[in-house]
Amino acid sequence: MTERDRERDRSGAREGPGAPPADGKPGGIPIALRTEGLCKRWGGVSANDHVSLTLPVGARHALIGPNGAGKTTLVNLLTGFYAPSAGRVWLGDADVTRLAMHERVKRGLARTFQINTLFAGLTVLESVVLAICERTGLASTWYRTVASCTAQIREAQDLLERLRLGEAANTLTRNLPYGKQRLLEIALALAMRPKVLLLDEPASGIPAGESTEVFGVIAALPGDVTVLFIEHDMELVFRFAQRIAVLVDGRLLTEGTPAEVAADQRVRDVYLGEPAGGSR
Amino acid sequence: MSEPRSPPRLPDDRWRAVDSALWLAPIVGYFAFPEHRVLGSQVIITALFALSLDLILGYAGIVSLGHAAFFGLGAYTAGLLAVHGWGEPLTGLLSAGVIAAAAGYATSFLVVRGRELAQLMITLGIGLLLVEAANKAAGVTGGVEGLPDVPIWRLAGTFRFDLAGNTAYWYSLVVAFGGFVLARRLVHSPFGLSLQAIREGARRMPALGAPVGRRLVAVFTIGAGLAGIAGALLVQTTQFVGLNMLEFQRSADVLIMLALGGTGRLYGAFLGAGLFMLMKDYLARQDPIYWQFWIGLLLVSVVLFARGGILGGIDAVRGWLAARRSR
Repeated sequence: MTERDRERDRSGAREGPGAPPADGKPGGIPIALRTEGLCKRWGGVSANDHVSLTLPVGARHALIGPNGAGKTTLVNLLTGFYAPSAGRVWLGDADVTRLAMHERVKRGLARTFQINTLFAGLTVLESVVLAICERTGLASTWYRTVASCTAQIREAQDLLERLRLGEAANTLTRNLPYGKQRLLEIALALAMRPKVLLLDEPASGIPAGESTEVFGVIAALPGDVTVLFIEHDMELVFRFAQRIAVLVDGRLLTEGTPAEVAADQRVRDVYLGEPAGGSR
Repeated sequence: MSEPRSPPRLPDDRWRAVDSALWLAPIVGYFAFPEHRVLGSQVIITALFALSLDLILGYAGIVSLGHAAFFGLGAYTAGLLAVHGWGEPLTGLLSAGVIAAAAGYATSFLVVRGRELAQLMITLGIGLLLVEAANKAAGVTGGVEGLPDVPIWRLAGTFRFDLAGNTAYWYSLVVAFGGFVLARRLVHSPFGLSLQAIREGARRMPALGAPVGRRLVAVFTIGAGLAGIAGALLVQTTQFVGLNMLEFQRSADVLIMLALGGTGRLYGAFLGAGLFMLMKDYLARQDPIYWQFWIGLLLVSVVLFARGGILGGIDAVRGWLAARRSR
């Protein structure tokens, strides 16, 4: 970290796009998630370099950028999967930088993974019931059976029906087709009833028609749920995102509405190509 | 709310006919083989020990090569209590469970930090440390001589531990049944489901808000306590405690039993322990020097051809037959 970087961290001055306004509430809307000068270095390589982002409550925010831009690293920093080399993460009014991943989840931050990380030997229903038990504080209970947790089972079945996984409820996760496994990833995250949902390429591996359905579910989430999603399908990004942040070489290149981003020549040069705005 | 498409299949510990049949077997065995009751009680005790390992290995995925440390600790607790004037079996059993669980809790923080090979080495190391500590403290533990003629009082003030093994058999069976019921409820609970999820995907669990370390500490402590109770049972029914109860060989044997029977299945512990002990008894009489050859052959065959042990193999055959019928 250079002296200039340190000075920038100390002063809290954030010149980049996405820096929160002084009152912490853009346009009077409370902030759901905020980062300040977030950095992650692996030896000499800087995967994230002073990334400052602000997501107001209810935002549908896309994070785009070329492969290796540091998008997944940023999600890992936000969730506590990695500890940042510098910078801070705020969830609502609380600084969660030092909290472990499971503690951030308890505060309403849920995520999906780019590569499926499911419970291969559990059934679909077991997985979702477990997630709900974790959320409701039942998962440490040893004196009653899972089958007796009727409220959690009903909620899990409803969620699976919403995601068209109801038919596969009793199927072992390892026997699910890949596309359905992606849906289960999302089901697990939704089971946490998150305030902030981070989706790392939720539609990857899902046939084109079904990916729209996946994003339909995401779009239908309650208005107070904040969503940050990584996606390479620009058609989906420009259809579902209210704002887009562009990450290049670990730095936030720009951030704005889809129209602003599409019109940004720098974004076209490094990522979108010509013409921007949905065909890629 | 939309109706589910098929009835949910979720962990449930309702008692089924097959459970009754399986638990009737040792009762039948008591009457059918009166001359083998001592061996029978030892099989039951070993099965309880294997069950305690199944909780931590089969369900939570913690691999251990030092589980005998807790078995031996329980054994020495009950033995030393009796030698120093308190030979009451039930409180001895309880004390052994508490001491072994406390040791399990204390060491769990070292064990759950690592994965697989690290866990193997840490548990192995803990076992070795304890053996040598017990060996060094010969004034207390009897060293290599152990503690012979441990005076155990009558069970409930009534039933003497006789040479024929009658009291030992029933006592062991009732305690093992209690341990089984407890373990069964535990693995079918949300806590048990979370352990299986940790085994299947420890990296994913924190993303569900699960404190993985705490859950593993809890199950390791429970497993250690149950192993301690098994160790105490053996001392109380044989009136002897020695270093072999702590040694690596016992940890390795119980691992073999579980691999044979099938991990993560509860009954696999009973099947594996029964098979191993009866084979050992029979083969050692047939071939006192090379009997382990046949155990090794069986172990390799089961691991290669029956994934999930014998019970896993039976499940696979049933699944294959069901698939064939449905075609």
